[in-house]
Amino acid sequence: MARVEVRGLSKRFGGFQALDEVGLTAREGEFLVLLGPSGCGKTTLLRLIAGIEEPSRGEVLIDGRVVNDVPPRLRNVAMVFQSYALYPHMTVRENIGFPLKMHHIPKAAAAGKVEEAAGMFGIGGLLDRRPRELSGGERQRVALARAVVRNPSVFLLDEPLSNLDAKLRVSAREELRRFQRRIGVTTIYVTHDQVEAMGLGDRIVVMNRGSIRQVGEPREIYERPADTFVAGFIGSPPMNLVEQGDRLVGFRPERFLPAALTPKADAVAWSFDVTWVEDLGAERLVYGTLGGKASEGRVVSRIPASVPIAIEAGRAYPFSVDRVDLRWFDRATGLRTEGGAP
Amino acid sequence: MAGIRKTARRATLYGRLSAFVVFSAFPFYWMVIATFKRDHDLYAPANNPFVFNEPPTLDHLRTLLFDTHFLTYLGNTFRVGLAVSAITLLLAVPAAYSLARWAKRWGEALGIGIFLTYLVPSTILFLPLSRFTAGWGLQNSLWSLILVYPTFTVPFCTWLLMGFFKAIPRDIEEQAMVDGLSRLGALVRVVLPLSISGLLTVVVFSFTLSMHEFIYALTFISDSAAKTVSIGVPTELVRGDVFQWGPLMAGALIASIPVAVVYTFFLDRFVSGFTMGAVK
Ligand SMILES: Nc1ncnc2c1ncn2[C@@H]1O[C@H](COP(=O)(O)OP(=O)(O)O)[C@@H](O)[C@H]1O
Ligand SMILES: [Mg+2]
Repeated sequence: MARVEVRGLSKRFGGFQALDEVGLTAREGEFLVLLGPSGCGKTTLLRLIAGIEEPSRGEVLIDGRVVNDVPPRLRNVAMVFQSYALYPHMTVRENIGFPLKMHHIPKAAAAGKVEEAAGMFGIGGLLDRRPRELSGGERQRVALARAVVRNPSVFLLDEPLSNLDAKLRVSAREELRRFQRRIGVTTIYVTHDQVEAMGLGDRIVVMNRGSIRQVGEPREIYERPADTFVAGFIGSPPMNLVEQGDRLVGFRPERFLPAALTPKADAVAWSFDVTWVEDLGAERLVYGTLGGKASEGRVVSRIPASVPIAIEAGRAYPFSVDRVDLRWFDRATGLRTEGGAP
Repeated sequence: MAGIRKTARRATLYGRLSAFVVFSAFPFYWMVIATFKRDHDLYAPANNPFVFNEPPTLDHLRTLLFDTHFLTYLGNTFRVGLAVSAITLLLAVPAAYSLARWAKRWGEALGIGIFLTYLVPSTILFLPLSRFTAGWGLQNSLWSLILVYPTFTVPFCTWLLMGFFKAIPRDIEEQAMVDGLSRLGALVRVVLPLSISGLLTVVVFSFTLSMHEFIYALTFISDSAAKTVSIGVPTELVRGDVFQWGPLMAGALIASIPVAVVYTFFLDRFVSGFTMGAVK
């Protein structure tokens, strides 16, 4: 178990700034998720922590020690690459045992650890196969088993579930989380999938274009996004953002409901011109524009199936949002500002 | 109807294939029968040249093995071939690896540049290189060939190996470095085992290229004890305008057998080696 910290970390590839002054701490035993759109620098940050890539500026610390000059093999980190990077010329057994062999663990002890790690991920029966004879899910387990086998102090996982089909992904997510809780190793997990991030992370780090936009617990990031990028990236569909003077007002689709459902006293009401209704079974997504003094910004409402009110496209309905559910953002900077009347 | 068309297609296919087989196997066939034909049989214009008209003989083989230095030549050829293969591997592996992994944008251009030097004909280079071997006192020594042959095997094999190394995902190597290896360790333990067909290709190529080489061998070596097959056989068995066809063909046959065996056994790996970059 270890604390991982980066300070003022920057990485340039030629003229391209992949990471810009990133500062971050993963606490001991924490499950920290790096979340951001493709190309925002998540993998690069992970590679810098592993030591595969050298920073242009800044420091990486593991347990308070600057490790910039420590090669990857001496950092005691385990990494699972997006591609799983299994050794194609070795069996599953040899793959999992490889880190042990490289650290000169005696053969008998190593064999036991390999069996144990394989058992932990339910791949004990595949030990004599080669990677090309495995399915995507099995490969992922082999990569994870290889990562845990030598008790590293940090796990670095780069989108380990992205190659799995949707159904498998949900169960793998749950397993992964349970497993991390059990062994309590500091884990930095990269994903571009906000559902995965919300479900897995103790804390989430939202990144965009090489810098960190917000760090916080999932609920906090969801409820109080630091800026319009985070507001628009998290949630499906994301937060509605509507121009209002020199500010933007934001509200979650599930808080934007027919006026009959929200308490009159402290609600802000709009006339909602509905253009399109999607019935997804468990809920309805209602698309449209706000009439009245609000601008013509497009907004979405998410109404649970338990609400029986009929809504049709092409008509206007009174909708409202509880005032405490409104978030305000500066239009110029995109940053969230506190309170204020509409 | 469909059956007939299918049969016709197969017939054309096999027809063409047989034409190629005949075309490429004919020189071997000719070497074999010329080796065992009596001189009279070979030279009599009335005889069918493609078959034995008189009983075969071992005379030519005997001449080659016992009246010439052929066995010395064969030994020299193998010594040179092995040494050149070893030097080529030692130089081409690190060169190709660095070009494939580190040189990025320049790697491709440099690789092609290196490959182009392979295309400079030895008919241009043998003059300066013979001054070089003379300067080092290497005339009539196998070392002249062992040092000069890598000038064409290394560029070609570097370029060849670059393709193999590029086909190995970078992730696998980086994984090995996280798992406890240095970069050199990752190269030896992971990259080389994965490019085994590339390494074999390099060995076979440098071996056959140095085996075939003629001009350098001709200009650097005049002492019979240091000649290789490619130069020893023609210089000793062609006297003025007299060609001793029997022993000549016997020499060619014996020298080509090991190569044929190696190619046959490793052909699959070869083919997968050459197409690996394409499919991956
Ligand atoms: N070795 C490299 N050379 C040049 N550009 C790179 C390199 N690695 C990554 N990049 C660029 O840096 C940016 C961030 O990449 P990456 O960290 O892989 O993003 P993510 O993992 O968030 O999708 C991308 O625009 C990518 O093209
Ligand atoms: Mg990535």
